[in-house]
Amino acid sequence: MEILDILLSASFWAAAIRIASPLIFATLGELICERAGVLNLGIEGIMVAGAFAGWMAVYSGTGLWMGIGVAMAVGMLFGLLHSTLTVPFGLSQHVVGLGVTLLATSATYYAYRLALPEVTSPPKIEAFQPYAIPGLSDLPLIGPALFHQTPLTYAAFLLVLIVSFTLYRTPLGLAVRAAGENPSAVAAQGLSVTAIRIGAVIVGSGFMAVGGAFLTMSAFDSFFFEMVNGRGWICIALVVFGAWRPGKALLGAVLFAAFDALQIRVQQTSLGTAVPYQIFLMAPYVLSILALVLVSRRAEVPAALMVPFNKGER
Amino acid sequence: MRLEPIANPTLPRRLGLPALAIVATVVIASLLAMIAGGNPFSVLGLILDGAFGSKFAILETLNRATPLIFTGLAAAVAFRAKFWNIGAEAQLYAGALITVVLGTGLLAWPSPLLLPLLALSAVIAGAILLLIPALLKTRFGVDEVVTTLLFNFIFLLFISMLLEGPLKDPMGMGWPKSARVLPEARLPRIVEGLRLHWGFGLAILSAIAIWVIQTRTTLGYEMRAVGNNPEAARFAGIPVNAVLMKTALLSGGLAALAGFSEVAGLKGSLTLDLSPGFGYTGIIVAMLALLNPIGVIFAALFVAGIFVGADSMSRAANVPTYLADIMLATALLLMVLAIMLSRFRVVRD
Repeated sequence: MEILDILLSASFWAAAIRIASPLIFATLGELICERAGVLNLGIEGIMVAGAFAGWMAVYSGTGLWMGIGVAMAVGMLFGLLHSTLTVPFGLSQHVVGLGVTLLATSATYYAYRLALPEVTSPPKIEAFQPYAIPGLSDLPLIGPALFHQTPLTYAAFLLVLIVSFTLYRTPLGLAVRAAGENPSAVAAQGLSVTAIRIGAVIVGSGFMAVGGAFLTMSAFDSFFFEMVNGRGWICIALVVFGAWRPGKALLGAVLFAAFDALQIRVQQTSLGTAVPYQIFLMAPYVLSILALVLVSRRAEVPAALMVPFNKGER
Repeated sequence: MRLEPIANPTLPRRLGLPALAIVATVVIASLLAMIAGGNPFSVLGLILDGAFGSKFAILETLNRATPLIFTGLAAAVAFRAKFWNIGAEAQLYAGALITVVLGTGLLAWPSPLLLPLLALSAVIAGAILLLIPALLKTRFGVDEVVTTLLFNFIFLLFISMLLEGPLKDPMGMGWPKSARVLPEARLPRIVEGLRLHWGFGLAILSAIAIWVIQTRTTLGYEMRAVGNNPEAARFAGIPVNAVLMKTALLSGGLAALAGFSEVAGLKGSLTLDLSPGFGYTGIIVAMLALLNPIGVIFAALFVAGIFVGADSMSRAANVPTYLADIMLATALLLMVLAIMLSRFRVVRD
């Protein structure tokens, strides 16, 4: 019954939405890359870089939104690196992605040590504060959960609409989807598959970095090592779970976050003291694998995902 | 631009470009060391000196290379068949776990038999762990990259659970640490009094064995065929799924040997920091070795040297030790680029 109490509390759902927000940004970013045909395993590292860059920018005196811009720019740079190697050169997307993750993570830690050599506890910044939307935030349960969040959370939900609209209602979106489904047809239209894919990876990587920046600029107010903690890998599973659709990916992220918020709370109940805490920490990963198994049956995977496109060969 | 395969790449092209990748990595690392306020030449000198400058340094590097040879072979074997095993970290811990469970007294086997038995158990444990992602791939088409990666997180939490529960050493002063394995379950030193142990010898033997399998057996031929073109391999009557399963078992077993050798050779017990990411670094080792099993030995020495050298360089020159990871990431990315450019020509049109 304790669990039912948790599920009916507004603070639980508020936490779920908060935990979902960085996942939404990063999952959308990955989704855009994959829709264009590129698997971006750099996501984990790009999130680390974004978390650091945004926080560092604000700590050095820029405004919060400027900090988000900086994080996004850094993410786009790593996207440029990833796509240059994987798209025109057609290098293994797995290997390049892992390389980008290692490079982004270690370069971030290196930069952190250079910027703050002697610091033991990282300095705090004035992070994004929750903003209650007048009227809506007074609604029971969903008011505090959905309408008393930081502006970055609202931005995440807005971005789902924007990405959805762009992918399904604009020529640009059609071109991106076609680049992931049937690149030869795109080329036959006189469009450059290479340019579309590089652009998609750059923009997608920018969103991943904003997802990372959410952690330092909205969820917490400083940067820690290991703070991204596998969220990037989870987002890759969420893209599959969401069948490469922004709306379903959003749903997946919220469900996943709710589960995560639940396990933290259940640990404090009588059930939590009886079961080792590691079981609760394992659950999200086990859940991700189960989701992959369930979803893989109705494979809606972009047909040209991970297939390099070379104009020379048809 | 587009890429055109080169029919017969010359030897300088095939070896010169990878060498150039290593040189470029060193140049980039020098620039980064300069940003940190170090003299780039002395920083690189310090890394070299810290890795190979003394007998102690060389033995430390060989010790550090040992698990990397195993995990590097695990990646090289799997990647050759385009089976993307990113889960060597978990398989390493599976090997370490079984070594500790059986080696602390559960198996009361006489001394000369105990070690081979422990090694074999480790291989089986690692293979079983990779069996699940392999089955999910062949049966359901679930991408093994994500599953093997997620398994790393799951299995490390599982180890953490055991170390705080049934496996916890009552003498461990409250630390999540297992009991020490029996003296008979320790790999002997290669030279008495020096830290280097026979795990290194086993790693070299494994590399040679894998080389023989890949170049002299049907399985090796089939693995390459599946990696080159699964459709063509299927058409030629090669049982693709069975080959993938065998590859996975071999790869998981090799990674688990890294855990066995770290416990039996070096640490004597199991802790959560047994591996500082050997499983992931093995991927870099494999790529630097161009997936060649004998090359893995040299690539592991190179990578181990960077880690050991960067540690001592960091103390001496006050340059953050993360430089080592940056060097490895750069080497990895430039190496895959170099391999590609040695086989293809970029044509502008």
